[in-house]
Formats: sequence, structure tokens, C-alpha cells
Amino acid sequence: MRHIISILLENEPGALSRVVGLFSQRNYNIESLTVAPTEDHTLSRLTITTIGDDRKIEQITKHLNKLIDVVKLVDLTEGAHIERELMLLKVKATGAQRAEIKRTTDIFRGQIVDVTSTVYSIQLTGASDKLDSFLAAIGNAAVLEVARTGVTGISRGEKVLSL
Amino acid sequence: MELLSGGEMLIRALHDEGVELLFGYPGGAALHIYDAIFNQDKVAHILVRHEQAATHAADGYARATGKPGVVLVTSGPGATNAITGIATAFMDSIPMVVISGQVDSSLIGSDAFQETDMVGVSRPIVKHSFMVQTAEDIPMVVKKAFHIATTGRPGPVVIDVPKDVTDPARKFEYQYPSTVKMRSYSVPGKGHTGQIKKAVEILLSAKRPIIYAGGGVIQGNASALLTELARKLGYPVTNTLMGLGAFPAPDKQFLGMLGMHGTFEANNAMHFSDVVLGIGVRFDDRVTNAVAKFCPGAKILHVDIDPASISKTVAADVPIVGSVTSVLEEMLELVSQADAKVDRKSLDLWWQQIEGWRGKQCLKVMPADNDVIKPQQVVESVYRVTDGEAYVSSDVGQHQMFAAQYYHFNKPRRWINSGGLGTMGFGFPAAMGVQLAFPDAISVCITGEGSIQMCIQELATCLQYGLPVKIVCLNNESLGMVRQWQDMQYGGRYSSSTYSESLPDFVKLVEAYGHVGVRIEKLSELDQKMAEAFALKDRLVFIDVAVDPSEHVYPMAIKGGSMKDMYLSKTERT
Ligand SMILES: Cc1ncc(C[n+]2csc(CCOP(=O)(O)OP(=O)(O)O)c2C)c(N)n1
Ligand SMILES: [Mg+2]
Repeated sequence: MRHIISILLENEPGALSRVVGLFSQRNYNIESLTVAPTEDHTLSRLTITTIGDDRKIEQITKHLNKLIDVVKLVDLTEGAHIERELMLLKVKATGAQRAEIKRTTDIFRGQIVDVTSTVYSIQLTGASDKLDSFLAAIGNAAVLEVARTGVTGISRGEKVLSL
Repeated sequence: MELLSGGEMLIRALHDEGVELLFGYPGGAALHIYDAIFNQDKVAHILVRHEQAATHAADGYARATGKPGVVLVTSGPGATNAITGIATAFMDSIPMVVISGQVDSSLIGSDAFQETDMVGVSRPIVKHSFMVQTAEDIPMVVKKAFHIATTGRPGPVVIDVPKDVTDPARKFEYQYPSTVKMRSYSVPGKGHTGQIKKAVEILLSAKRPIIYAGGGVIQGNASALLTELARKLGYPVTNTLMGLGAFPAPDKQFLGMLGMHGTFEANNAMHFSDVVLGIGVRFDDRVTNAVAKFCPGAKILHVDIDPASISKTVAADVPIVGSVTSVLEEMLELVSQADAKVDRKSLDLWWQQIEGWRGKQCLKVMPADNDVIKPQQVVESVYRVTDGEAYVSSDVGQHQMFAAQYYHFNKPRRWINSGGLGTMGFGFPAAMGVQLAFPDAISVCITGEGSIQMCIQELATCLQYGLPVKIVCLNNESLGMVRQWQDMQYGGRYSSSTYSESLPDFVKLVEAYGHVGVRIEKLSELDQKMAEAFALKDRLVFIDVAVDPSEHVYPMAIKGGSMKDMYLSKTERT
């Protein structure tokens, strides 16, 4: 099963490499990874999506917790949560396609953020499967370039990941 | 407040941390630190002859004393030479602090002379690492390093120190912190009381119980508690390779080591048990054999300080995360209560069954003909000559297993061996570390002619510091354990495992280093010559014993089977 693990990490040199190293060292897989400092500049927040059965996920969270630089973590997929990913993409947009792409973008609540006579640059946010669906709707042939941020997330309700 | 340079701070901080000895080897990036060592007399430095030996010596010191071992090396090749020893300590959870010199901060990343990314290279084999940014950080970094290395599940910590940080011309105020608090690191303390209760209930109602205790009991200084609990319950005990000495081997309740080369009785008792109490163990693959077939009828109670060790390979029915000492104390209290009764009748039947397995005498040595010495007989001889009181280190191979099987460890911290990484070259430097910690004790290294050549240069260190280590070499003129596997699995094709014609004359070799050498070739001379060698209390003696090269280590687990599936000799299997 796919899990989203969110981590508060000491904002120290080398901390990120310890997390990434753990995954390769123990043969765990990383589907996506996002990281940025938080409002507290001594902490970074890192979000990893990974795939594994319960046993494997338990090992992953235990080993992450053992890393000295990991302050706190939560497996967001254990409860109700909000996940988002941002995608920027360039698509071929000529002739009749221009209107069609515009319409599809609207349906997915995306925005066209740059335009040339032959190309649209589109911005879209949502859960990863929504971005996948959008790409499927546009069709491979039209897509020129895709940049995705990877998933970030937060739990629903009053639960917070903080010190 | 005192003003000190970065180099001086490092050494002073070690002293303030209670460090008396460090093992190391100098070089450019570490020279400011070495100068600081020269100018004081509180912390002694032992100059080894290879950085790998520094780490193994510090490791041996740590295993024997329970105190952290400390290492100092220079950047680049000094640091990379230390890697094998750091990995060895990491696999066996040994507290160690390794200080490595680094090139000047301004040169980092420029492929400078003797630059290696030590923090990067060592990352997968350390508990944690630090790169010191400024000299003012040194006291706190050292404090944190020792705190992390010695608490929880112990392990090695690297402190990488750029040379400019140790500059003698730049002095800073020095004060060693009395406490350390890290928001991201906490040490598991007591186990969950409810879980402990549940475990004790299951333990007391067991019909075929076994206590399986490992290195964690030794690391946690819980051997006395374990022994008390086991005796109170009257249950059989087995130790892992790492746990030998956690329970006194001569005790009737001891079934010997378990696992790949464990005894017939220990492995059978594990397999047929209905309750396994695993303490300070990690259900290593060398113990369990095929996990799917492991202890089919047993409830697993697992106590360990490291949550990640629990249910890693074998799912625990009752997991308990906590320090072994506190968990054992609570367990003892519970089993001491008036209404706590074991199932005596079932236990008697269980012991009968175990005695049946024990009757097989799986470790009985079959003497060879023509006065030829069997390797097992050498270990038995060492055991007799030292009254079972020696610190015994070993390397890796057949000799290591013979040492584990035939030297009956009565106390914890006496068996000094690289269990997890299986590092040839470990034994001799480790024995030096032990001897430095306990100058009056007997420090023996039981080794093979293959392994000893991996750190043989330390003979010079032993001369320099007058370390009377006894080296007992079970010389089978081959990489015996490799050969055994080739006999059993590769049709006896000895690919690169023999070298009889090119072996050195070890007696002459050690004489050249200024020590005493003894060669023993006949069984009839074994005990006497062994005793004579050990009688040379102030000298390093290399005892080179010609042993039967065709001998195999048995029992040996049959790969892919359960714990009860073993080869018992070249011709017998279960
Ligand atoms: C550094 C290292 N290299 C290779 C091995 C693989 N290995 C395990 S046992 C062994 C043979 C050891 O020979 P020796 O020290 O003579 O011991 P014996 O088995 O003959 O008693 C080898 C090569 C190892 N454990 N460590
Ligand atoms: Mg050999």
C-alpha cells in the first residue's frame, strides 16, 4: 500500500542525506520526496511517499525514528488527511486542440499560466491521482514537458505535527 | 574561563568525559590535535600500526570494560582505513567515538590532498556523525557524541574535524557541558508494565519454555539479573554468539550456543519450545535458519531496547521495548510473588526431553590418530590452562566457532568477537585493547593463520606498550571455514582457500618483532607447551598449533531448514 510519511527534521547539514540514505541502504523505495524549511527555521518538513506492506512500513517508520536528526514523524495515511501535489506542464496547443485543452484544464481546475502560439504552460494542483488523470485526459502525444513536486500533506482535523 | 584551541578542547573534552585511553595514528589533518596530546598527560594515546587496528582495539576495550572506545585518525586514508572497524562496532552495537581529521574547511569539496567525505562514507555504519563547524562547538559536539554512542542501543559515532578548527593560534573559552538534551533523541527506559505482566503470565504458564539471550544482555549489564530470573524459573537458557557469558556456561541450565553452529540441544529446544523469551537478541538469520520454519509452536516474547529490532524478522507476540535491566527487574519482581508458580510437571518432562538431546554429546571431540591435534582440543587446552578466567578474543572462521563452543564463558564481557560483521583481523587488536584495559588479566586471541595475517603488524604495537597478549593460532594451513563450505557445497573444489607452501614461519616472524614464538605439533605436547607459554606472563607469546586441516565445525544448520535441521558430522545429519 502507498503511504505518505511526514517528518520534522533538524535543519542540519547532512540530515536529508541520512533520510535518503536509509531508504537506499535498506532497499525501501521512495516514490516521491519533498522538503523545505518550516516556519521554525531550525526544522525542515519532509514528506515521503513510499510503498510497502504493513510490516515494511513499520520498519521504515521505526528506522526513521532512530535517525538522530528526525524529531517527529507521522504516517498521514493512517488517518484522514489532505494530500496535494503541484504539477507544471507544457502541452502542444495548436488549432482545435487549443480550445479542447483549455476546457480540460478548466474541468480539472487548472490554470494556463503561460501561452505561446503553439504551447500552453499549465499549472495544476491536487492529489497525485488527479494529476495522473489530467495527463491521461490530455494524452501523451500533446505533452511536451512535465514537472511535478511530489506529494506534500497534512492531517485533517485538529491533529498537528509539531514539536 | 580557560582559553583553549580547538585541538586542546578536543583532548580536554575527552578527559572531561572520563576517557583515559585513545587509539590512533597521526597524519597531516590531525597534527594540531596530536600536538595537543603531546602537551598534556591526562589522556594516553596508543599508537597502532594501522587505523583498522585502532578501531578494533578501541572496540575490544569497549566490549571488555563497557566504556566507550575512542579512536583518532587523520583524514583521507586514515579515515577510510578506520571504516572496517567502525562497521564492525556498528553491527555489534559497540559504543565508540571516532575522531577523524579533515582538510581545512575552505578546502572541503575541492578534492584537496587527503580529502574524503568521511561523514558521507561512514553514514550507513554509524549511529550518528558530526562535522564540527567551529571550535566553539567542540565541547557540545563531544558531549553529544558520547551521549549518543553510549545510550540506548549503543553504536559508533564519528566526529569529523576540519584542520582549521583545531588551529593552535585561535583560542576560545572552554567549558564542558554537564548535561545534554536533544529534542530528537530520547533513550527508551522502562518497558511497558502491562506488556511485561502479559509476558510473565505466558512465561509462567509455559510447558516447554526457553530463554534465548543475546549481546543486549551483556551490553545492558543485565547478566546477573538474567541469571537470577532463569534460576528462579528453572528454565533452560541458550545464548547467541554475541551473548556468550550472559549466562554462566558451566551451569546445568545452560544448553550452549544456538544457531548455525549451535548445539543439538539448544537448537532442538528452540524448535520444540512453546514459549521463547528473547532478551537482547535480534533473531538474526544465523540463528533462525529459515524464518518461515522458525519455532513453529512457540509464542515469542521479545525484549529489546531498539524498537526496530522487534518484529523485524520474526513477529513478536509480546513485544517489549525497554532497557533489559529494567524489564528483567520487573519480571523478577513478578515471578517472585507468592502466587507465581511455574508448571513444574511439564517443566520436568521438558527437561527430560532436553537431557535426551544433551545425551547426544554433539560437541564430543573424536581424537585423531598419530598424535595429530584436533582444533577443538586446542581450545579445551586453553580453557584448562587459563582456568576459564581469560578474556578471549577471536577472529572469524572455524577457530572462532571452536572458541565459542569449547571455551565455556562464565562471565559477561569475556568473549570478544565480531559477530555481526564477521571481521577477520579483529581478534588481535581487540585483544590489545582488552590487555590495556586490564593489564593483569589474561588476554588471549584465538585465531587462524588466515585471520591473524590481516592485522599482524600490531605485533609492533604490543612491543612498544609491553602488552603480553597470548595469540593461539589454530593453524590448519587454509581458510578453513571457506574450505568447509567448499567441501560441503562445491564438491571439494578449493578455490583460493589454501596456501600451505606460502605460509610464514610464525615463530621466526614474531621473534623478528621481539616476541616469543612456540610451535606445537603433537597432541602429547599440547597441554604442557600451552602451560609453558601462558607462564610467560610478561611476554607476548605466539602459540602456533598445527591442527588437523580436515576438521569441520559441527553442528551446522542445514540451509533452508528449521532450527532442528543440522549436520552433526561429516556422515550424520538430522
Ligand atoms: C575481512 C574478511 N574477509 C573475508 C572473510 C570471509 N571468511 C570467513 S572465514 C574465512 C577463513 C578464515 O581463515 P582462518 O583465519 O585461517 O580461520 P579458519 O577458518 O581456518 O579457522 C574467510 C576468508 C571474512 N570473514 N572477513
Ligand atoms: Mg585457517
